[in-house]
Amino acid sequence: METVVKRLGMWACVLMASIAAIALTPDSGFAIHAGIVGLVAVILIFATATSYDPMARAQSIFRMPPGPSRYDDDVIRWGVIATMFWGIAGLLVGVVIAAQLAFPQLNLEPYLNFGRLRPLHTSAVIFAFGGNALLATSFYVVQRTCRTTLALPGTARFVFWGYQLFIVLAATGYLLGITQSKEYAEPEWYVDLWLTVVWLSYAAVFIGTILNRREPHIYVANWFYLAFIITIAMLHVVNNLAIPVSFLGAKSYSAFSGVQDALTQWWYGHNAVGFFLTAGFLAMMYYFVPKQAGRPVYSYRLSIIHFWSLIFLYIWAGPHHLHYTALPDWAQTLGMVFSVMLWMPSWGGMINGLMTLNGAWDKVRTDPIIRMMVLALAFYGMSTFEGPVLSIKAVNSLSHYTDWTIGHVHSGALGWNGMITFACVYYLAPRLWNRERLYSLRMINWHFWLATLGIVFYASSMWVAGITQGLMWREYGADGYLVNSFVDTVAALHPMYILRVVGGLMYLTGALIMAFNIWMTVLGKQRVEAPMGETAHDDAADRPLPPITAAQPAQ
Amino acid sequence: MTLYTALRHFADSYGLAVICALYLTLCLWHFRPGAKAYVADAKHSIFRDDDHDDQ
Repeated sequence: METVVKRLGMWACVLMASIAAIALTPDSGFAIHAGIVGLVAVILIFATATSYDPMARAQSIFRMPPGPSRYDDDVIRWGVIATMFWGIAGLLVGVVIAAQLAFPQLNLEPYLNFGRLRPLHTSAVIFAFGGNALLATSFYVVQRTCRTTLALPGTARFVFWGYQLFIVLAATGYLLGITQSKEYAEPEWYVDLWLTVVWLSYAAVFIGTILNRREPHIYVANWFYLAFIITIAMLHVVNNLAIPVSFLGAKSYSAFSGVQDALTQWWYGHNAVGFFLTAGFLAMMYYFVPKQAGRPVYSYRLSIIHFWSLIFLYIWAGPHHLHYTALPDWAQTLGMVFSVMLWMPSWGGMINGLMTLNGAWDKVRTDPIIRMMVLALAFYGMSTFEGPVLSIKAVNSLSHYTDWTIGHVHSGALGWNGMITFACVYYLAPRLWNRERLYSLRMINWHFWLATLGIVFYASSMWVAGITQGLMWREYGADGYLVNSFVDTVAALHPMYILRVVGGLMYLTGALIMAFNIWMTVLGKQRVEAPMGETAHDDAADRPLPPITAAQPAQ
Repeated sequence: MTLYTALRHFADSYGLAVICALYLTLCLWHFRPGAKAYVADAKHSIFRDDDHDDQ
């Protein structure tokens, strides 16, 4: 009873503070954010004070198995649901902004124009979809590989729900025009502080679980998760060092200025790719690919070299985002050299993942989850080859600021991050909900082909668009003037932009099929369908020939 | 000598050497004699978990 009163008091204080903030702030966006925090406090007050348990109600909606399981899987189930939800949301916004670029009439001022929706798309797919997938899989993998339950189970739940609050505050902030204008780090100071609290709690849960482990060795997937958690904490804190204009307003100014700010931003930006979208997802690869294939990873020692090489090289590659800018030339060259060196460990990792299937390649034909994993690894290899190529200064002078960059990012994000996440969710859903199998394996196949074709449409249209754009921008006439005005290049790209929308729609359709498949699996249904890759069997022919009847001797 | 120059000299000499040595040590550690059994054990460790009730 005493703890209930204490909790009520705490939530009441949060509610009062948010009401005070709404009353005192001159900033309408900040007031709306305070309102969201107040709303969360009201929900928590009701949940604490009454016997009504919103969690139990929600768990029954999502058919979560009641009672404790062997491992602490509750928060992982929520993570899988959040991954699916934010994945659909982020992909949908992506299709919308792609359509806005092809058809500018779709820009609905001021809340739904391209400038506000674009960070909503990037944050939703990277931090909401990818982040929830990383949260869920890291909690799943660390428990299984350490053979122990989560340390600090209460904190683990706080991490999940606190992260969702971060996403909601960030997403609504973009639509309201609240941004600190740093790519992939748009949320303002108070949201950044909240994320810092959530992230350090995440680190505490993860490291605590590793410290409680019952296995002597820390499996390599956990190394990658740990590198991801620690590095993101460091990057987030340093890049978001800022002084708020007022404690009752959203606006803040960066602690750095000019080229230092730019370098800090791209040190952050590139390592967000390197440690969020690469190290974290490689952790998934090193656990789920061997598990799904039923074979250990091809070379454990190669995975260790892969790990340390990524850690030592990635952190220096950021300056390649600032080629031909005010950044000192040596720093640009340093970024380029390290980016090119990164190619080797990246391909080492890809080979390690693919060779895990050595001797089991037939599974690519019969197991659509393995097929997705192989495609993810292929795209990991392709985009980690394309990245070093684009970072070379001579290439970058053509590709920089063009749609080639967008194509590159999406071959990595849709092909590598998207596909490996889908494969992991397909792996997890039946296990987390204690179902015999997924609703449908054939629907994974539909999803696979829609997504693959979607990526091909997206990446190839952006390659063509980017090279067209780059060549048109640099074209000089005999008189020394530029041949094309900017708007000429925009007109030339229009068909490519429409093809991109088509690709995005295909990818989104695949994800919708997946959401249906996962939801049916959660409900415990099984689609009646022919199994995948069954060898043909003719029962009538499967018997010995009748004995040869010898010719009857004449009587 | 400014702080920047001092740090830059350190980074270009001892700092670089220490980082290279650390990198090589960490990479080669699992190739040391006697590590084979540990590596093989770690490699197969993920198949020791019977985490679901039906197994």
